[in-house]
Amino acid sequence: MSYTVPSFRHPNLPRNELGYTSKDYEGAVSTLCAGCGHDSISAAIIDACFQMSIQPHRVAKLSGIGCSSKTPTYFLGNSHGFNSVHGRMPSVATGANMANRNLLYIGVSGDGDTASIGMGQFVHAVRRNINMVYICENNGVYGLTKGQDSATTDLGSKSKKGDPSPYEPIDLCALSLQLGATFVANSFSGDKDQLVPIIQAAIAHKGFAFINVISPCVTFNNVSSSTKAYDYMRQHMASTNTVDYVPTADEITTDYQEGTTERVTMHDGSYLNLHKLEAQHDIHSRRSALKLMKDYGAEDKVLTGVLFIDETTQELHEIMKTTKTPLRNLTEKELCPGADALEKLNNQFR
Amino acid sequence: MKPTDTENPEYFHRVVDCQHACPAHTPVPEYIRLIAAGRYEDAYMINWESNVFPGILGRTCDRPCEPACRRGRIEDKPVAICRLKRVAADMKENVQARMPKIPKKKNGLKVALIGAGPASLTVARDLMPLGYEIDLYDATPKPGGYMRQQIPSFRLPERVIDEECGYILDMGVTSYFNHRVESMKALLDQAYDAVFVGTGAPSGRRLPLPNYDAVEGTGVQLGVEWLANVAFDHIDSAPEDVLVIGGGNTAMDCCRTALRLGAKNVKVMLRTPISAMLASPWEIEDTQAEGIPILENYNPAEYVVEDGKLTAMKFEIIEYDVAEDGTEVFIPTGKIETIDASLVLLAIGQNNAFPWIEKDLGIEFNQRGLAEVNPDTFQSTLPQVFFGGDAALGPKNIITAVAQGHQAAISIDQFLQNKSVEDRPAPHTNLMSQKMGIHDWSYSSAVSDEERQKVPHAPLAEALKSRKLEVELGFDDKLAFEEAQRCLNCDVQTVFTADKCIECDACVDICPVDCLTMTPNDEEAVLRQKLTVPAENLDEPLFVSEALQTERVMVKDEDVCLHCGLCAERCPTSAWDMQKYNYKTAKAGSSPRESVVNA
Repeated sequence: MSYTVPSFRHPNLPRNELGYTSKDYEGAVSTLCAGCGHDSISAAIIDACFQMSIQPHRVAKLSGIGCSSKTPTYFLGNSHGFNSVHGRMPSVATGANMANRNLLYIGVSGDGDTASIGMGQFVHAVRRNINMVYICENNGVYGLTKGQDSATTDLGSKSKKGDPSPYEPIDLCALSLQLGATFVANSFSGDKDQLVPIIQAAIAHKGFAFINVISPCVTFNNVSSSTKAYDYMRQHMASTNTVDYVPTADEITTDYQEGTTERVTMHDGSYLNLHKLEAQHDIHSRRSALKLMKDYGAEDKVLTGVLFIDETTQELHEIMKTTKTPLRNLTEKELCPGADALEKLNNQFR
Repeated sequence: MKPTDTENPEYFHRVVDCQHACPAHTPVPEYIRLIAAGRYEDAYMINWESNVFPGILGRTCDRPCEPACRRGRIEDKPVAICRLKRVAADMKENVQARMPKIPKKKNGLKVALIGAGPASLTVARDLMPLGYEIDLYDATPKPGGYMRQQIPSFRLPERVIDEECGYILDMGVTSYFNHRVESMKALLDQAYDAVFVGTGAPSGRRLPLPNYDAVEGTGVQLGVEWLANVAFDHIDSAPEDVLVIGGGNTAMDCCRTALRLGAKNVKVMLRTPISAMLASPWEIEDTQAEGIPILENYNPAEYVVEDGKLTAMKFEIIEYDVAEDGTEVFIPTGKIETIDASLVLLAIGQNNAFPWIEKDLGIEFNQRGLAEVNPDTFQSTLPQVFFGGDAALGPKNIITAVAQGHQAAISIDQFLQNKSVEDRPAPHTNLMSQKMGIHDWSYSSAVSDEERQKVPHAPLAEALKSRKLEVELGFDDKLAFEEAQRCLNCDVQTVFTADKCIECDACVDICPVDCLTMTPNDEEAVLRQKLTVPAENLDEPLFVSEALQTERVMVKDEDVCLHCGLCAERCPTSAWDMQKYNYKTAKAGSSPRESVVNA
C-alpha cells in the first residue's frame, strides 16, 4: 500500500493564471477505500479550484466526521482546514465566515453528518444563507461504521449485507429548496464533466450553495440492489441541464439548440451558461425544481444538474450588515470607539 | 482508434524503452532490480544471455538505452544503466558453473569464424551449446578484436576482456590466433559447413595531404593501428607534441593514451565545433577533465616536414555551418595556423577491407566495398557465408555487433538444419501479475527522488601515470543501490481489462503524471489532444481500451508513466493490474527442432 504519491508530475502540466499547476491544489494521499466516490469529488474540487485560479491560501475547508469529512485532507493541501465535531461543521463554518468574510469556505459533509447527527445545524446554515459551498458526499450508508443504512438510504434500497430499507429517505436537495437555499444542485461523483462546472458555479455563487453528490460506497453499497451504486446511477441518471462556468463574458457555445441556453450572471461578473436538457424547467423557480424532482423520481430517475439558483439574494453578512473588515484586522480603536460613541448609540433608543 | 492489441509481443516491448532501444534487447529493468537486491550473479547472467560481454559493455557501451530511458523524460537524467551493468560484472562471484553445458557429442557440423571480435564470439557462444564444432581465426595473438585493440586499458582493463572472451573459448572453440586468413576460397575448400565473417572495420581512414607520403607510418599514423600497437605493447611512448585529428571516440582514446605515454602537449583538432563531435558525451567530458584541449574549426591543410621528419601541421581556420538540408558546410576564412607536432594520429573514420575474399566466389559486393548482406539474416549472396558486426553493414558499435552475431547464429543454425533462413523464431514473452495481497506489489513501486549518481574516478595525477590504471572506479554497492532504485520498472506493465472497469475515476484521479483519460473514442490525432495532458510525444504509443459501459474508452499515454502502480492500487475491481513483461529475443536453437544431433 502506498502512502505517498511520487513527486514527479507530467512535464507539460498546464498552469493557471497564478502560475500554479494542479499539483499545487493536491492534498495527501487518500486513505479511503480504492474506488470510493469521495476521491472523485476531491479530484473535482482540485480541478475546479485550479481552473478558477483560486489562491489556495484564501480557502478554508471545513468538515465534520465520517468518510466524507476525512476528505479535506486529500485536496487543497495548502489551504486552511477545520475538522470539527460530528455534525457541527455548519456552526464552525458560520463562525469562521462571520469572523472573516474574505475567504472561500468549502464545507464537506456526508449523509450521516448532514442528515442525521448534523441535521439541526444544517437547516440553520441553509436558512441563514451563509456564503459557502456545502458539498454533501451522499452514499446512503455509514461507511466508517461498517455500512449501516443512513437517513438518505432510499426506501427499498438494499446494501451489500443489509435488508431493504423500510424508511422514507431524507431528500437533501428538496429540503434545501424548501428552507430557502439560494443554489441547489444534484450530481454524481462518476460524472466529472458535470460535477466540476457545478462546483465552479457554486464557488462563484454568493450565498449558500448546496451540492448533493451521489458518491457510491464501493465497499458496502455498490451492489445491484442499491440505488446509490455506480451502475444504478449510470442507468437512472437524468440531467436538467449541463452547465459551463465562464469567468468572463465569452460567446455562448453554439453546439446547443437555439433558445435552450440560458445565461446567468453571477455577482462577481462571471457567467453560468446553462444548457437546458429539460425544457420545462425554470431555473429560478423552487416550485419548478421540486415538481421536476418528484416527476423524475416517480419514473425511477435521479434528476441531476443545477436545480435552482437565485443569484440576487443577500448573504448573511449583508443581511446582518456586518463589517467588511475581518475581525482580526479590527483594532482597539474600532472595537472600543469610546464613551462618546456609546452615548450616541444609546441616544438612538431614547 | 481501434483497441490496442496487447497480445502483440511488440506492444509491451516498446513500452520498455531501454530494452527496446538496446540492439540486443537486454532486459534492463529486470537486471537492475536484481542488482538492487544484491543478486549480482543473476543480474550478470541475464546480461550475459543477451549481450555476452556485460563487463566489457558495462564500461564501453554506446548506451543507446540511456537516451531512451523514460526517467530522462520526467527529469534531467536517465538511469545510469551502463554503470549498473558494470556493477553486476564487478561484484558477481564465480559464474563459471552457470555457463551452458556443451554437448560432448557434436552434431557433425563445422563452422569457421573469421575474426575474434564481439560478433564472432557471439556466434560461437550461441552455436557451441547446440553441438557445432567451431574454428576461430584471428590475425592477432588474443581474442577480443576491436575491444582489445582499440579501447585503451584505462577504460577497459585487459582482465575483463580475458575473462569474458574466456567464457566462450572455454566452451571448446578451436582457436587459431596469429593466423590471418588470406583466402576465402582456401577456407571454403576446407569443407566448413558455414563461414562467418566478423572481421570488423580494421583499416583506419588515411588523410593524404601534402607531404603525407614522407611521414606516413612514422610522423603520421592511423589511430586504430597506433592504439592496437599500444595494446600489444609494441609502442610504449609518445613524443612531446601530439595532434589527434578527429572527433569520435577513437580520437578521445588516442589523445588520452598519448598523454599517458609521455606526451606533453596533446591537442584534439576538430574540423567542426565541439557540439558537432561524434564522440559520446561522457568520453568528451573525461577527455576535457584530463586537461586535453579540443580545438574547434581547424581544417587540416598540410604536413610540415623537415629532414624527413614531421615537425608541425598546417590548418586552415574555417567557419562551420549546417545547411537547411542537414549537410555540413565548411567556409574557409583564409586564415592559416601552424601547430607544432612530432606525431599526428588520424582518427577520422574506419573502412572495411576484404582483400582476402576472392571476387569470383559468388559473394557480391556493393559500391561501399561491403558484401551484399541481408540486414535481417546476415546471409551473403553465397548461402553458406554470413557476415556480422562492423564487417556486415559498416562500423557501428559493440552492442550492435553482438546483436548481429545473435541473428547470424540463428541464420547459420536454420541454414544448417535445412530450415528457411527467412523464418525467424518468435521472441519468448511472459506476462505475470505482481500482485501480493490487496495493495502490495512484488516490485519496489515507490519512485525514488534521487538524482543520477556520479561515478567515482581515480585521482587524476595517478590515472595519468599509467595507461593501464582504470579511470572510472565504478559504483560501490551503496551507490549502485541508490542508482538502481531510480529505475522506474517500465517492464512492470499496466494491464487493463475493460469489462472489469466501473468507471469510478480512481485511477485517473490518483495518476501522478496524468497519463490516464476516459473519453469518447476518436481518431488518434484528435484523441492525443483530448487527453488530460495532450500526448505530444508521438514516439510513444497510446493504449486504447475496448469500449467501457458508458461507451467511452480508457486511454493511456505511455510517455511518462512512472509504473508506480497507483492506478492498480486504487482500482476497486482490479481492472488495472501491474504485470511483469518478460521479453526474450529468440536465440539460435530456440525454434522447435527434431534433434540437436544431426547425423
